[in-house]
Amino acid sequence: MKSSRTGREGLTAYLFLSPWLIGIVLLTLGPMLYSAYLAFTSYDLLSPPRWIGLDNFRRMFTADPRYLSSVRVTLVYVVVSVPLLLVLSMVLALLLNKGIRFLSGYRALFYLPSLMGASVAIAVLWRQIFGGTGLVNQVLSLFGITRGSWVGSPGTALWTIVTLNLWAFGATMIIFLAGLRQVPVELHEAAAVDGAGPIRRFFSVTLPLMTPLIFFNLLLDTIHAFQAFTGAFVVSRGSGGPADSTLFYTLYLYQQGFAELKMGYASAMAWTLVIVLAAFTGFLFLTAKRWVYYGDER
Amino acid sequence: MTSVSIPTRRALLGRRRTTNPFVIGLIRHAFLIAVLVVMLYPVVWMVAASFRPSAEVMNSLGLFSRHYTLDNYKHGWSAGQLDFSRYFLNSIAITALSIAGNLFACSLTAYAFARLEFPLKRVLFGLLLATMLLPYHVTLVPQYILFNELAWMNTYLPLVVPKWLGVEAFFIFLMVQFIRTLPRELDDAARIDGCGHWRTFIRIIMPLSLPALGTTALFTFINSWNDFLGPLLYLNRPELWTVSLGLNSFLDVTGESAYGSLFAMSTLALAPIVGFFLGAQKLLIEGVATTGLK
Repeated sequence: MKSSRTGREGLTAYLFLSPWLIGIVLLTLGPMLYSAYLAFTSYDLLSPPRWIGLDNFRRMFTADPRYLSSVRVTLVYVVVSVPLLLVLSMVLALLLNKGIRFLSGYRALFYLPSLMGASVAIAVLWRQIFGGTGLVNQVLSLFGITRGSWVGSPGTALWTIVTLNLWAFGATMIIFLAGLRQVPVELHEAAAVDGAGPIRRFFSVTLPLMTPLIFFNLLLDTIHAFQAFTGAFVVSRGSGGPADSTLFYTLYLYQQGFAELKMGYASAMAWTLVIVLAAFTGFLFLTAKRWVYYGDER
Repeated sequence: MTSVSIPTRRALLGRRRTTNPFVIGLIRHAFLIAVLVVMLYPVVWMVAASFRPSAEVMNSLGLFSRHYTLDNYKHGWSAGQLDFSRYFLNSIAITALSIAGNLFACSLTAYAFARLEFPLKRVLFGLLLATMLLPYHVTLVPQYILFNELAWMNTYLPLVVPKWLGVEAFFIFLMVQFIRTLPRELDDAARIDGCGHWRTFIRIIMPLSLPALGTTALFTFINSWNDFLGPLLYLNRPELWTVSLGLNSFLDVTGESAYGSLFAMSTLALAPIVGFFLGAQKLLIEGVATTGLK
């Protein structure tokens, strides 16, 4: 009796799940396996895939300087912008957490850019404000500083994309702010009785309690940063220039896969990224025991 | 009796600052406002510039002008390969179909995970969580090949069908979390009244899940509206282009010369996002705060 009921429930459950199951098989797992195969082939959509063993990977790491510069650009971007993003979000969340007036107004205005940051419209604006006669240079010229185009110079173009990522810090800030509101006032009082000043209280009370959210934001913001595309594409007009200084990993993958139709090579690039991100995620979860506080463990 | 003074909360946490709390508050507000001005001024400036004569657009830092005009809008609307009205209609169609798809697939899947027992439940839920972290690159090439084989190029199917098959795991997760908070007594009462799972889902769970459905709809709207790579891959014919593609090609066609019209069209492209934000910011901010949606 019991087993037939759960059997029926199982059947119903799979009916409810069927769209998602079809999707995960046909659009996620199947394609992943297929691209794992393609990574070892040469394939241009026109003639059938040709098995070439490890040649794609060999070429990536030994014979393709543009690939290596896309790795470098992306790593610099991730390593610089993600920590800055986390610190900026935390500082502003702390400032907003002290029973400030107009909290909901501030919160909304800080959050708004993170809804627009991925759009072409904002990338178009960025291209103007960091251009030769753009807003930034006009402000600088008020102080007697003259500079060339920020997006047009290989030394600075990447930093304009970093600011674009930082500009959209609002979502991360909101998550921190929600977490700060859960920190019990009693803990702060107890620490204050023991003579801890505000800075000491932040590092000894607030920060440990926030580590689960720092972990969450670090993981998601890093994965997100590795996938940056629209800003770099629009600002550099799809080239990743000047001098490949904004050739993000995804942008180069797009160029190789969809402009030059090197489907095998692009698949090898995609799988390399997946493996690197999986390693990073695994590393983060393994070290989490050491630095993430999960309340009183029983 | 000797008096032992018990320090008050304020005295402890404020710790005898010599400075007045009012001054500290003022400094804090001044700092926050300064950050906001730096962040938002470029956008406000862009909107203001879009209403100025094109000769004035580039060489004024300010917001104001003696001669506001709609010329940039009139010129920009039809300056691309096609009218922007076409791009807007296309974006609206894709966005609406995407929202419907996500609401359909994510709510069904979430109900099963939140309320039903079935074989392999833990494995499948693990798979769901894993796909939330999966970079989309790894399915980009094979999906492109698949949709090409299916002759779906230059249709909206590659952009919309995945939503109907629940590929956006984040929204499923959001709804699972939400449905788990609904009291199970409601399900039991419905069962006693003779409702099966299907009716319980439609009549009980869905009406109570409106906040989660609203959050899903809003974020799907923003993601689809902003999406650039998807349309770039699958829509080559200008009559199918979205607003994002239209703006991007506008930049190619006019270059640096027509920033006035470009700003006008950028303003229009951002307007729906800002509009929905103003209308539903509470839902959006709570969605972020409780689930980490970005």
